[in-house]
Order: sequence, then C-alpha cells, then structure tokens
Amino acid sequence: MKTKKITKGTLITLILIFAVLIATVILENTINANSILFTVIRKGAVYSLVAVSMNLLNGFTGLFSLGQAGFMLLGAYAYAILTIPDGVRDSVYYLFRGSSFHFSTVGFFEGILGSEGAAGFVSLILGVLIAIIVAGLVAALFAFLIGLPVLRLKSDYLAIATLGFAEILRAIFQWDKLGKVTNGANALRGYPTFSDFNITNEKGIVVLRLSSVVPLIIAGLCIFVIVLLINSSYGRAFKAVRDDEIAAEAMGINLAKHKSLSFCISSFFAGVGGALFAMFASTVQAKTFTSALTYEIFLIVVIGGIGSITGSCIASFFYIACSEWWLRFLDNTQYIGDYQIPLFRNGFRMVVFSVVIMIIVLFFRNGIFGHKELADIIDRKKKKKPGETAAADSSEKESTQEGETI
Amino acid sequence: MSNNILHVENITMQFGGVIAVNGLNLDIPEGKIVALIGPNGAGKTTAFNCITGVYEPTNGLVEFNGKAIVRNHPHGKMKKNYKGQDGDKYHGTIVANTTDVITKGGIARTFQNIRLWKTMTVFENVLLAKHMKAKQNVFSAIFRLNKKEEARMREETMKLLEEQGLDKFKDEIATSLPYGLQRRLEIARALATEPKLLMLDEPAAGMNPQETQELADFIKEIRDKYNLTIFLIEHHMDLVMKISDYIYVIDFGTEIAQGVPSEIQSNQKVIDAYLGVAEDE
Ligand SMILES: Nc1ncnc2c1ncn2[C@@H]1O[C@H](COP(=O)(O)OP(=O)(O)O)[C@@H](O)[C@H]1O
Ligand SMILES: [Mg+2]
Repeated sequence: MKTKKITKGTLITLILIFAVLIATVILENTINANSILFTVIRKGAVYSLVAVSMNLLNGFTGLFSLGQAGFMLLGAYAYAILTIPDGVRDSVYYLFRGSSFHFSTVGFFEGILGSEGAAGFVSLILGVLIAIIVAGLVAALFAFLIGLPVLRLKSDYLAIATLGFAEILRAIFQWDKLGKVTNGANALRGYPTFSDFNITNEKGIVVLRLSSVVPLIIAGLCIFVIVLLINSSYGRAFKAVRDDEIAAEAMGINLAKHKSLSFCISSFFAGVGGALFAMFASTVQAKTFTSALTYEIFLIVVIGGIGSITGSCIASFFYIACSEWWLRFLDNTQYIGDYQIPLFRNGFRMVVFSVVIMIIVLFFRNGIFGHKELADIIDRKKKKKPGETAAADSSEKESTQEGETI
Repeated sequence: MSNNILHVENITMQFGGVIAVNGLNLDIPEGKIVALIGPNGAGKTTAFNCITGVYEPTNGLVEFNGKAIVRNHPHGKMKKNYKGQDGDKYHGTIVANTTDVITKGGIARTFQNIRLWKTMTVFENVLLAKHMKAKQNVFSAIFRLNKKEEARMREETMKLLEEQGLDKFKDEIATSLPYGLQRRLEIARALATEPKLLMLDEPAAGMNPQETQELADFIKEIRDKYNLTIFLIEHHMDLVMKISDYIYVIDFGTEIAQGVPSEIQSNQKVIDAYLGVAEDE
C-alpha cells in the first residue's frame, strides 16, 4: 500500500515555515535587534509549542486539562536548575547561602569538549538540549502520577485536579525550606538564554544573530513530532477516544493507557515549553506560572481552533503580537490634540482583549481554523465535489436519534 | 449443548433498586446464530453490556471459550440491597476485565445507536480496529519505525472494505454514509478486530424491508466466511426467525422462553409479552 502523498497544501505550509525561518535570520541581522518584533517571535514560538501541547490533549484526545502552567513551571525550573553555570550558582542562591546542586549540563560538556570557540558552542547546544529534554521528562513524570488516579474518573475531574496541582506547585516552589533547590520566592537567573546562541567573534562582538530563530527551530521540531504523533496509529486512537470513548474501548483501545499516554506527552511538551519560556524570560520565578497563564494558552487554542495545530501556532503569534505590541497603545493615555481620549489607561488592553475573546467565543466558536489545518484549507479550495454536500446533509438527520443509551 | 463458546450464568444487573437483568442464563454454541429477543426495555442491551464489560454485573458469571471473563457477586453496599437470587453462589470478582481486554480476547460488538467515530473516514474507522493488536509502541509509531506494521494494517483494512463492498466510500466521513451503510460499516469495524463471537445489537434497526432481507443473508455470509458465532438482538421477527438457530426471549430482565424458532413462534408467553407491549403503545 502506498502511504499518504504529500499534498500541495502540506507543501505550501512547509514552504511558508521555511520562509519564516529565513526571514527571521535575515531580519534579525539587518534591522534593529532590539525591535519588539523579535520579542513577539520568541514568545510566540514558546506559546505555540505550549498551545499545541494543550491542543493535543484537549483537542485531539478530548481530555480537558488546566495544568499547563504547572507543567511549564516544572520544565522551567528543571531547565534552570540544570543549566546555571557553577560559577554563578552561589551568587544566584545567595539568600540561601548557595545551592545544593553543583552541576550544570553545559559545564559537563565543556569539561569533556572544552569551553572555547566551536567546542564551547557545541557544549552549549548539547547541554541545553539535554536540559530541555529532562525538563520535559520531569513534567511527563508528574503527569503520569497525577493521571493514575484522575484519568479513571470523568474528564471534568482532570480539569479540577490539574488546576489544583498547578496552584499547589506554585506554592511549593516558593517555599523557603526548598530554597537551596528552588531559590524560594526569588528568581533563578544566569542560565543560558536564547541570546547565548548568537555567534560572536573572539572580541565578543556578535557576528551572526540566531537568538530568534533558535526558539522557532526548537518549538518547530517539537510541533513536528506532535504532528507525526497525531498522524500515527496512536494519534488516530486518541481521536477515537475523543469521538466516542465507549466505541473506542469496544474496539480494543485501552482507555486508561491511551489517556495517560496523551496526557504525559502533552505535559512533556508543556515542560519543554516551560524550559523555552525560561530561556525567553531569562529569569524563572514561580509566581509567573499562574492560572492566568493557562487561560492565555487556552484562549489561543480556542482562537486557533480546537483540534487544529496550524490554528494554534498562528493564533499564538497573533495573540502575542496583539498583547505585546499592537494593542500596547491602549494601556497608555493617548491624546488627540489636547483632548485626552477617555478609557485609555493601564488595563484597558485587557478589557478590549476580553471583548474580542467574547466575540470569538460567541460568534466564531470553531476558532480561525475549526479542526482543519492550513494545508486542508488550501487543498479544499480546489476540489469541491458536488456530491459532498448532499452526503453531509443526510448525516445530520441521523445524529438527532434517541438519547445516550449504549 | 456441547462446545459453547459463550456461557452466561445467573447474570443479574441491578441499578440502584431496579433490576434490569435478572438471573439470566445463556449458552451460545460455537458457529451458531443465536438471537436474544424481548420487548423494549426488557434488558437485552444491558445483558450485552454485562457480557462485554461495559457494565459490571451485580451477580453472575460469564465464560468465554471455557474461561471466566466476568464474575461478580453482590458486595459492598449492594450486599444489603440486592434483590436478585443466588447472591451467595459466586465468590471472587473479575472486574479488571475492561471492555478492551474482552475485545482482545475475541468478542466484538456493534451498538444499538450506531457508534462510529464521527470525525474519521470509513477507512480510518476500520483501520483503527487493527490498532490494538499491532506490534508497535508510541515511539516506533511517531518516528515511523513501524512502517511494515502500518502497511499490513492498511492492507488488511483495504481487503476487508473490499470484501464488504465499502471500498468505494473509503475516504468519506463515516457518519456521512446512509444509515444502512453505517450499520454495515460498524459490522466491518467489528470484524476488523478478528473476533470469534460477534454480538449485534439491533443490526436491522432503521432499515427498510429490503435492506433487512439483505442483512439476513449478509449475517449468514459473514458467519461462514469468518468462522464466527453470532449473538444478536433484533426486533424484526422475520429476520430472527429466518436466520436464528436458537432463540432466547426475555421480558423484564427474566427469561420467559427459549427454543428453536418454531417453538418460539407458537409459545403463548412470548405472544403475550409482545401483545402486552403492543397494547401499551
Ligand atoms: N445505566 C443504567 N442506569 C439505570 N438504568 C438502566 C441503565 N441502563 C439500562 N437501564 C434500564 O434497564 C432497563 C433495560 O434497558 P435495556 O437493556 O436498554 O433494554 P432493551 O431490552 O430495550 O435493550 C431499562 O428499564 C433501562 O431504563
Ligand atoms: Mg436495547
């Protein structure tokens, strides 16, 4: 049997992604590197990954979890704790008179490969990669443990349990007694960030900026893996669980196993997203990982379309661009001539935002893409078979059958 | 009866204070077509659900191929409230058998209200029934190290769809098919799990007389072709009488008659049960 052909839509999507990567490198090395555009790209990349990870669970498996911020927190802390260089560790943890760890993944590879020039850069890449993977694994482990009792219950409990879990984690990580590990309520800093990926010459002057394309690449690779998963036998099984759990189980799909799998993988990538968030923000502090962060991600998933990967990605960049850039002016007092426009003050942005969200939820319930991908939409435009609509009508009659007996 | 592929003993299902199935005994001989009939609300679907692990029966035993797959006795709160019989006959409980384990063991079923996966195509619906037995894990599946296995599943799916005359519709969304074909597809999906016992819950519901006629031939055909035993619930009496080797009749959860079609047709209790319902309606 032949496997799926690459459609034109997929090809166009891939070309677009490639074009964005090239454009990012070119722009970052030509225009002002401090432009807000690059903040949007970096943060948008991080949010894309977390949104897609949430979509995997909520959109493709039909499990409603609200723990994204908690898993990001775990990932961010795991990453930071693993990569803060030994040299600065004690100064970061000075309030607790030093850290209980004296190890860093980057330092480990520098010890083997050397810390100068290219060897140093390779050590950095390897160290960061290992730390990111561990960050994901820590999050996945916690997901597995939470899932054991909770996934057997109805899915509403998962939302409550994960929300509670995220809140408890935030408190625990600020607890003084763990200060030697988490630095209590103080920020972790000094670990490698995206700007460490800028290539410098011997004098320390940047010759090639990669700090915006690196998050795009890492997030892009992770999302690619998720897409592979969704199009695999397991991805189909997740969709079966979402569409009809009873039928899925009757066809031999082990519900507990598949739900746990989806939850762990989703959390793994949320953890990786947390590590990337740490790199983006250059400090990690438990108080940033509030449930408001989870809601932000959830909004992005809804705006993009529950069940659409490209939707989540595009919505992430759009959302971040609005909140960080295009709608910023709403928070500042504005004048037309001498006249001060009313309402324009700190916080107004969030009001406008909420209204936009309400409009989307009320009138565009399926988000930008529904559960389709960009590629489907490009492909669909060309071949619209006349028979299709007639068949779709007949299905509606059937769905109004009797109630929910098995 | 020798060689019973399914043996059901004293199955009782009590929901709160209501007994939906009461001390039901069934024996399904291998290779035969056996029907379970009874008025609406008699407890037929509930009996199916007890056998396939959807519900955990309050009391009783189910053996498949001579091996106990479900066993329970009233315990916990139910011990006091139990209204059925033989509450102290069975010891030890097998409830770890979830539906998927039972399906893997060789029992497949369809549903009274068709339960196809509505966002998936006809092909994917059948393909997914192959998932449980595939030799793969999530890593090999993600990184496409299971190419051979995936190709095998697709090939077998295509073959099955061709045999069932559904290959023309393979890329249609399953729920966009006409009703009769959806029923056929649900049977095809069940067949894809390679069952020994196929349980059909009202396969002719919503079909016109001609489709029902075709279904009768179809059921016999798949029984022979795939060496199946078939256990079905049905309301179309002509279909039941035509294809069944043996019939069980239940009303209010209790067996009121059993026998070959000719015996059932002339059984006064059966006639009364059906007439009684007809008067109510
Ligand atoms: N999950 C349940 N909870 C409570 N009562 C149920 C449940 N499932 C079925 N019943 C009851 O059991 C009885 C038998 O239902 P069912 O098995 O669906 O009948 P049928 O013979 O028409 O398939 C009905 O009275 C129904 O209300
Ligand atoms: Mg029924």
